[in-house]
This record gives sequence, structure tokens and C-alpha cells, in this order.
Amino acid sequence: MTTILTCPFKKLPTTSKWALRFAVQTKTKKTLAKPNIRNVVVVDGVRTPFLLSGTSYKDLMPHDLARAALTGLLHRTSVPKEVVDYIIFGTVIQEVKTSNVAREAALGAGFSDKTPAHTVTMACISANQAMTTGVGLIASGQCDVIVAGGVELMSDIPIRHSRKMRKLMLDLNKAKSMGQRLSLISKFRLNFLAPELPAVAEFSTSETMGHSADRLAAAFAVSRLEQDEYALRSHSLAKKAQDEGLLSDVVPFRVPGKDTVTKDNGIRPSSLEQMAKLKPAFIKPYGTVTAANSSFLTDGASAMLIMAEEKALAMGYKPKAYLRDFMYVSQDPKDQLLLGPTYATPKVLEKAGLTMNDIDAFEFHEAFSGQILANFKAMDSDWFAENYMGRKTKVGLPPLEKFNNWGGSLSLGHPFGATGCRLVMAAANRLRKEGGQYGLVAACAAGGQPSMVVCAYNSSYSGG
Amino acid sequence: MVACRAIGILSRFSAFRILRSRGYICRNFTGSSALLTRTHINYGVKGDVAVVRINSPNSKVNTLSKELHSEFTEVMNEIWASDQIRSAVLISSKPGCFIAGADINMLSACKTLQEVTQLSQEAQRILEKLEKSPKPVVAAINGSCLGGGLELAISCQYRIATKDRKTVLGVPEVLLGALPGAGGTQRLPKMVGVPAALDMMLTGRNIRADRAKKMGLVDQLVEPLGPGLKPPEERTMEYLEEVAITFAKGLADKKISPKRNKGLVEKLTAYAMTIPFVRQQVYKKVEEKVRKQTKGLYPAPLKIIDVVKTGIEQGSDAGYLSESQKFGELVMTKESKALMGLYHGQVLCKKNKFGAPQKDVKLNDKVKKKALTSFERDSIFSNLTGQLDYQGFEKADMVIEAVFEDLSLKHRVLKEVEAVIPDHCIFASNTSALPISEIAAVSKRPEKVIGMHYFSPVDKMQLLEIITTEKTSRDTSASAVAVGLKQGKVIIVVKDGPGFYTTRCLAPMMSEVIRILQEGVDPKKLDSLTTSFGFPVGAATLVDEVGVDVAKHVAEDLGKVFGERFGGGNPELLTQMVSKGFLGRKSGKGFYIYQEGVKRKDLNSDMDSILASLKLPPKSEVSSDEDIQFRLVTRFVNEAVMCLQEGILATPAEGDIGAVFGLGFPPCLGGPFRFVDLYGAQTIVDRLKKYEAAYGKQFTPCQLLADHANSPNKKFYQ
Repeated sequence: MTTILTCPFKKLPTTSKWALRFAVQTKTKKTLAKPNIRNVVVVDGVRTPFLLSGTSYKDLMPHDLARAALTGLLHRTSVPKEVVDYIIFGTVIQEVKTSNVAREAALGAGFSDKTPAHTVTMACISANQAMTTGVGLIASGQCDVIVAGGVELMSDIPIRHSRKMRKLMLDLNKAKSMGQRLSLISKFRLNFLAPELPAVAEFSTSETMGHSADRLAAAFAVSRLEQDEYALRSHSLAKKAQDEGLLSDVVPFRVPGKDTVTKDNGIRPSSLEQMAKLKPAFIKPYGTVTAANSSFLTDGASAMLIMAEEKALAMGYKPKAYLRDFMYVSQDPKDQLLLGPTYATPKVLEKAGLTMNDIDAFEFHEAFSGQILANFKAMDSDWFAENYMGRKTKVGLPPLEKFNNWGGSLSLGHPFGATGCRLVMAAANRLRKEGGQYGLVAACAAGGQPSMVVCAYNSSYSGG
Repeated sequence: MVACRAIGILSRFSAFRILRSRGYICRNFTGSSALLTRTHINYGVKGDVAVVRINSPNSKVNTLSKELHSEFTEVMNEIWASDQIRSAVLISSKPGCFIAGADINMLSACKTLQEVTQLSQEAQRILEKLEKSPKPVVAAINGSCLGGGLELAISCQYRIATKDRKTVLGVPEVLLGALPGAGGTQRLPKMVGVPAALDMMLTGRNIRADRAKKMGLVDQLVEPLGPGLKPPEERTMEYLEEVAITFAKGLADKKISPKRNKGLVEKLTAYAMTIPFVRQQVYKKVEEKVRKQTKGLYPAPLKIIDVVKTGIEQGSDAGYLSESQKFGELVMTKESKALMGLYHGQVLCKKNKFGAPQKDVKLNDKVKKKALTSFERDSIFSNLTGQLDYQGFEKADMVIEAVFEDLSLKHRVLKEVEAVIPDHCIFASNTSALPISEIAAVSKRPEKVIGMHYFSPVDKMQLLEIITTEKTSRDTSASAVAVGLKQGKVIIVVKDGPGFYTTRCLAPMMSEVIRILQEGVDPKKLDSLTTSFGFPVGAATLVDEVGVDVAKHVAEDLGKVFGERFGGGNPELLTQMVSKGFLGRKSGKGFYIYQEGVKRKDLNSDMDSILASLKLPPKSEVSSDEDIQFRLVTRFVNEAVMCLQEGILATPAEGDIGAVFGLGFPPCLGGPFRFVDLYGAQTIVDRLKKYEAAYGKQFTPCQLLADHANSPNKKFYQ
């Protein structure tokens, strides 16, 4: 214990906050450690401020943002670059020039060129995938220190030439004689110039996410008012958390050639009257999902330092949380696209040997108000559990007072590839702040594959 | 004949698939006490919106019957009279069906033209009142909205439809030889424009909801919902109702306008149609096309054009009057009776008379033309694997063998397969002529062997002929039928015998084709004679499509069994064609020359020498155009009746369905048995006797046909 006590303070922002934590009554329950498997811990995690796309980050490239998150993490944790064994980043809409954005960002952030890096993609849970890949590498003994993160820059997306135009251009490349070139050019038609946007729809169903959310809300009879109320809650809580300085994972970012950005800019608590005025965004004119009760297109990046517990301790860190069980499930991408959390929650809890009551901090990804509320209704329904989940009884509702207490994707923003790390850090920070022990992180994702991470906070690190 | 390419007219019958579940409506409800115990329609009031629910009792579908009409009138009158109600929503209580159309039995029961016309006029009156309703009425459509159902919907002020696969809109009356008789011919052109309306009415095609929205046939779409706190179908209906109620309120408050914004193309078309000259040209073009396609065999399409024209040129009053009169005339025609008969037959052949098989048949039944995204196609295709061995056969519930028509080969496959399949597995043989009992002779378990004769091209031809032997067990039959139904087939079940039913009927006709060609009739002439009689494909072309070698094979096989009766033309013609490599379309040459990318068909001049060497002198007394047509058809019909006589066929209905859907027998004649009923057995027997005098035994009427001729009261359909 002495080693832990001697050098724990370097990661703490201020001692006063630390002192505050002593006062919190922490619960101590059973450990979730498994025999013969290494414990994996989160040393710390940071993120750039999440900004509405088209604002301050609009001239950047994704690896710029990712680099900012990495340097922020280096600064926050003071980890020596050379101890990092591996870097994994998640991203969804890939910038074609930096398809392995993890590697480009790592090089830019000054990591050793001997440190390998790869990029993963799994829709909105790409960062979750980055983290759990890291957990796997550590648990299996392949690595000791991993940086996992995610990045998304929706201000700039790859818009392609049409397939016909691309084919013409490629053929032109290969044409040898002037005659061949001319004959190819003569095939050009004006409609070749119509651009091709990256799919915002599920490939398998051609349905956009918002459309799916609206249908889901209707299937569970979630009203417009309920959705607006929930969105308002998210924004209000986020505002409060921001004002109280609870969003400590945010690191300031000096945008090259512009000002320094210090906080998220999508948090806008409004009034129900204002929100009621908005027109439906997807199913027009009678749908219930609007711009105000959906998460917005966001730019941002996050990064997290994950270590084997003994390594962290040996290096003198006081880890913020354990990463325990995780689980990916998947279901019908048409009608149950966004119902993942309902399916995964009972499974991962069972795997970890916990119940809903054991969880002190829920952090669920809020894609849409309607989606969160539909999941609540599904979790609270015996009929749904029996008919679709093969369970005898309902999953049960997560208590709202433990749910996304510092805001969520609706208000903080949702850079697809980066949200996973934000969720885990929010859960970890809340556990420390609120004195809980177990956190549960859940997200739904395109393709109908949500993920779940249980993280547990070990009070022994905070209490000494 | 494995490869009977019948195109054109037959493909239009696909609309029957949607209609099929209609049919036998329980009409015993004699509108007893009206107010409290309405059986077809009830309504409730939500706020100031009346929700009218249609629910025909004891039926999977809602149909427009007299009872429904009268209850609907009562309910609407109450709604109009109520101060509390400001608008209404019209919805079905049945998730898969809004209204599937008028009750066909109600039409069939009519004895006179006047009765039918009166029915039409009553419907027109009700819908006119609905159209002029002072309180907005919203039709909330989920499932089939066809015929009278669509006519009802377009009389409402607003239409909302679910974007479900099951939601289809259309006016398929033309497929039954009739026309939309409840104002459809007048309202549709106003709603979607003359060209689109004519297209709908003349083809009877089903229009899916998203297309209907683009056309302006519906005003709003509602996406079907997935699982929620209730079964998806139930919740989707609720949601549809909720959305419809909002719109009904909006319409009553004048917050929503029922008028639709038309696109530029639409506006231009509408403008063009205001010019009389353009209109005349459109009518002319459509009429020409219809004449060409129907060859004057189907009266309904021309009357539809006529009625539409009357409405536009002389005003709606004249239009409605003309519509009801022509409706009456059409329903009384033989063609309409034949087509309605086919429809009933099809309903029958879409049922499994053997009951449910012991082992459930699970097939992916979502495959529908154009209804798949590329992704769905891929994921369905992934269920299919190709292999050259028997791996995995130990888990098979059914094996359908489709190797070349060679008995010893079929025997070998049967033995090899039986060695690896489990005990319960059914072995089905896809053959067009080899008797199943002969194939089953080498089986260890003949009760599990059955014939399943598919028609080529399999995805287009709806018929499946299932052949049972004396040993085939009932469960084997039930399973084979269940599989066929899952595949969307219309099924006839026949007894085993050489050529079963379909091939056996076709063979004598083909023999006659050869004789006619030998007598010097040009293949082109022969083709035009057969198509103008109503066959979708000309006789000479048919041989080319089927394959000359296949035709030869079948002719030889059946010729051996049936002897002189199947004689006529000299099979040497086919033999010589095969030896010269003229196998029909597949080899590029047959009676015609086939070239890739060339649509025009030229006669194969190399055939001249073959035909010359086998030339027969034509007999002038039986060689008029009409005689040639009847020589072909009477041989077909005679053989069909003989199949019934011998018990190969169980019912005349199956015989009709098999002939029309498998062999392209003219649908306007309703099939060989309906043809005999409608045109008189005596007429046909007379014809046969005339040809018998000229050619002999091949034309001898069979006993059953002779019986029918002798007693005019005897009919195949009572």
C-alpha cells in the first residue's frame, strides 16, 4: 500500500477535490476479479471539447483532433511515451487520406515510430471496440500499456465522385494513346458529376438512423413530449456538470490559427415550449424525432490510458477504474437497431454476477431521446422480455437518479468514433465523485450491435 | 414439357396472388337487426373524430358485400348527423387487408345485366355521397386495398397508407374481365392523370405504397413498426390510426390541405391532357396497343377506355352511367365468367387439401419480385449452396431431383440419395413425362416418393403439377403441396400415368401441329393462328422454346403408350430436325433462327427441304383458318376430358388451372373444361366428329365428352 500512497497525487487535478472525495461514503462490495486473468485498469482518460460540426474544428483533419487527444492524455498522465505498447483508435466516417488515423495521430503526437497503431470501426461503438481490444491484449498478456481512443470529424466528410465518373477517371489513367483518351472522354455525361455522399443510412435496410429512431419511438408509443422532456434533462444536467467543473476529462485544445477551445459547445438547455415548436426531422410531417431531441453531428476525439493493474501500480499510478466484463450483442438491424442496451444489460450483468441494484452509475449512449425512452419501456416490459428476449421477467428499469447524471450524447455531443471513451470516463469519474462502486456503460450502434462495459471503481485507490 | 414458355397474358395473372385469399365470404348474415349488432362495420368516437372499423366476419379479408354497403351507409349517416363528430377515419380491423375488393360471389349470383348494373349504381351513389362529405374522411390503409376497396379509398378526402409489403393498391377488375364499377373509372383519371389511370385499369397491376405516394394515389405514408410493447402488426395498426386521427383533426381544422403539390412533369402532363387533340391521340395509342395485345379476345380493356373517354369528354354524369352499364355488360360476358372461374380455381389450388404435413415446412417466403434490396437478396442467397456431392443430405427433409429425363439415370440418383437421407425424408422427382411409379420401382420406401413437375421458367410460371402414385403416402403429398405453396405456386395434384396431365394434353396437340406444318402451313401463319385464338405463345414457337429434342423424346414416349390416338403428324419431322441440329432456341435454329440481340425472328430456310420431303396434301374441308385452330384445341380438350374420365384429374377446376397456368391455354376461355361448359359440349363434339371423318381415331370424342354432349344439363361446373 505504501507504494500506492507515495505517488498517487500526480494525476489529481487539485488536492482540494481530492479532499472532497474523502468525505464520500464509499460502498465496498465483492471484487469482480477473475482468477488467472490479469486485472485491467483505466489510468485516466481525456477528450477534446466536443463541438458542433462546422464550428471551430471545421478546417482540421481527423488526425489533428486525435493528436490533440493524445497529447492531452500524455500531459494529463505524464506517461513516458516509450512504455506505450500499442495504440488503438476507433472512427466511423474515415478520411481516406488517413485511413489508419491511429498511426497518423500517434506519429504526430510524438509517440515512438516503433509503437504500432491500428484503427477499428464499429459504428457508434468504435471507441468501445478500441478499448475492449486493448483489454483483450492486456488480459492475454500481449501488452501491458495501451492507449485507446476514438475520433470523428463530421465537419468534413469524404464526398466521392459518382461510380461512373470514378471509372472514367481510372480508365483515363490507363489509356495510352490520345485516341483512346478522346474516345473515353466522349463517353462523359453531365450526370457523371453528381456526387456520392457517404451513406447516412444502414446499408442493409437503407433506413437512416433518425428514421429508425422515430419508428422505434412509435413502436413503444413514446410521445413527443416525453422525448423533449428527456432531452431537456440531458441538456440541463450537462450544463450543471459543465458549470460545476465535473467534466474533468475535457482538455483544452488550441485550434491552430484560432482560439483555444476549452469546453463543449453543444449544451443548450432550452424550454419545452421552444422545443415543441420544432418540426420533425425525419418522418415528416407527423414524426416525433426532432433536432432538439436527437444527438447532433459532432467533432471530437478521446483517448484513454489502459494498463495491466500491476504495471500501473508499479509505475506509481492510482488507476481510476477497473475495466471488467464487456459484451457485444447484435440483433435485427431493421426494427431493433437501437434496442441494444435492453438486450445486453441483463446479459453482461449476469456475466459479471451483478444485478441492476448493484450498479451505481449508468452511462448509456443517448443517440435519440426516443431511443433511450424506448429502451426504458422495453426494459420495463414483461411482454417484451418474454416475446423477444426469451426471458421470464422484465429486465427492469435503471433508476433515473443514477442515469447519465452529467448529461449525455444528446447534450454533450456524439462524435461517433469517440463517444465510447467519454462514456467510460464519465462512469469512472462519477463513481469517484458520487462514491459508487460499479458502473455500467452501454451504447447502441448501427448494424444493431450494442456494447456493454462494466467498469468497477476500486475505492482502495481513492481512500488509500 | 419442362420448358413451356408462356409469357404475356399469363404474367398478368400474378395479381391473383393478392386476391387469392378472398373468395368464399359467408353471406348467411341476413342483415338482421341493424343498429346494435352490426357485423361488418362498427365505429367509436375519439375526441371529435369517428373511427370507423371495417371487419367482415368469418373471413381473412374484407369484401364489399351488400351487407357491408348498407351498414356503411348507416354508419356514415350517423356520423354526418352527429354534432359531436367533425371528421372520420376509415380503417380495417384486419391487419393484412383494408378492403380486398367486391364480393365476387355477389357478382356471380347476379342473373341479369340489370342486376349487375344496379349493384354498380348503388355503389356509385354511396361513394358519391362520401366524396361530397362535409366532414373530412381519412382512409387509413394497411394491407390490400384493391378494386372496390381502392374506389372507396379514393372517394375519401385523404389517404394514409403503411409502407408495408402487404399494402398494395390497384384495380384488378380487368383480370376478371370486368371494370372498376364504383366510380373508379371516373375518379382515378382525375386523381393520377389519364395515362396513369389507364395503365392501372388496363393492367390491373398492384401498386405498392411508396409508388402510390409518388403517383398521388395516397397522401401520406406510415412506416410499419417493429417490436414494441405489443406485436408489431397490432401496434402498426394502432399507430396508423393515431396518425390518421391527427390528420383528420388537421383537415377538420383546415390546418392541413387535402390538395397535393404536383411535380413539374405531372403538371405538364395534366396540361397536355387539357388539349383535345392530345387526348384523342392518347386514346388512339392506348386502343391500338390494347387491340394488339388482346387480339380482340378480351372485351374489358376496350370498354374501360371507352368509359374513361365518355367521362372526360361528356362529363361525369355520362361517365358514371356508362361505367355502370358497361360493368353490367362485362360481368355477363363469357370471358368474364371464364376468368372468374379461373380465379376460383386458383383459390382452390392455393390450398393444401391433404392438410398440414407432420413436419413443418420452413422456407424464406419474403422473396418477391422487385421487393428485395440487394442486401436482402444477398442474405437470402447465402442460404443456398451448390455442391457436387451428398454432403449434408443426412439432414434433409426433402430432396427434389431434377436430372435429365432418363429413367436409368433417375433410378441411379434415387438409389444414391436414399442411401444417405434420413427416414422421414421425401424424394421428389421433377419430371415432365416419366411415370413416377416407374421411378419409384427401385425405391426402398415408395411411400416417400412423389412427382413435382415444375414449369420453365420456374420463377415466372405459377403452376406446379404434383403427381402421386398409389403408394405415395398422404403425408408425403401434404408435404409436397406445403412446399409448393410456400414457393408461391398454384398447385394441381394428379394421379400418375404417362405424361400425367399437362404433358399428356399437350402431346396430341403437338402432334397436330406437326401435321399442320406438313400440310404446308407456314410456321409464322400457324403461330398467328394460335395466338389469335388466345394462346400466349404460337405453336411453332412453343416447340422451339421447349426444345425440339425434348418434344421428340416426349412424342416418342407417349406415342408408344397411347398408340394411334397420339398420331397425326409424322415424328420423323422432329427426328430430322434433331439430326440437323435444329433444337430450337437453345441451338440457335429451329423453325426460326435465333440470334443474340436480334428481336426479329426469321424463318429457318433450311427447314424447307425437311418440310418438303414430308409434305402431306392438305384436306380442304378441314383446312380453313378456323378449322386449323379447332383441330389443335379440340384435341387438347378431348385429351383433358379423358384425363378426368380416367381419374388422372380429380376435379375439372384443377384441369383448367393446369392448362391455363402450365400450358398457356387461352385464359379468356377459362381452361378446357370451362370452355366446354361455356361453348357447349355438343359444338365441340360436332367439331371432333367432322375431323374424325377426315383423319380418323385421333379425333374420336371420349366417352365423358360424348355424355356431356348427349345431356345438355351436364356441366363440369354446376
